[in-house]
Amino acid sequence: MKGIEMTSRSAPAIYPAMPDNRQSRGRTCLRAGILMAATSLLAGCINVNAPTEPIVIELNINIRQEVIYRLAEDVRENIEENADIF
Amino acid sequence: MARLNMKKTVFALSAAAMAVTGLAGTAYAQRDPAYAAARASGAVGEKMDGFLGVVGSGSAATQAIVKDINIKRRANYAQRASSQNATLEEYAFTQGCILIARTTAGEKYQAPDGTWQTRTSAAPQRDSRCP
Repeated sequence: MKGIEMTSRSAPAIYPAMPDNRQSRGRTCLRAGILMAATSLLAGCINVNAPTEPIVIELNINIRQEVIYRLAEDVRENIEENADIF
Repeated sequence: MARLNMKKTVFALSAAAMAVTGLAGTAYAQRDPAYAAARASGAVGEKMDGFLGVVGSGSAATQAIVKDINIKRRANYAQRASSQNATLEEYAFTQGCILIARTTAGEKYQAPDGTWQTRTSAAPQRDSRCP
């Protein structure tokens, strides 16, 4: 239920003491909550992002010689079997 | 009874025909004449990554040939790579090594510095990892 306002909102004539205290305590709690949520979010982001980058780079750049030597025999067979596309 | 026999004969004939065409498909598959001509003239070349490339600004027909061959190659590499427990890039790169080694004089290939080279009777310039 709304109280009757005697003056405009920007400059209330009477402002009761008790509700004001409660409100500020509530705000402090809210601020602490937001801060905690933000720090936990931030920590989560770092944990997720760090391992993904180096894996992608290694896959694309490092084609190792031992792998190439292992595949060479199958590649030669492949050329014989599919001579029309090579 | 006669009808059943006829059915059997038709089935056997069609099976035989399929076997013959299947054999012809695998054993006698050769390059398409347009692709063979593009290779010989140097309009297309073998790239280091195992795919075919257009040398210079190719005609629409040349670009179509390269696109068609590369689609088929990619499907082939994907299948072969998975059966060999390798990545598509690894298999394709190995294929590139061997295909460049098998180019004949007059055909184009991509050197490790990225430039197009014409194959001579001498060994081609290849990546140091190539077998």
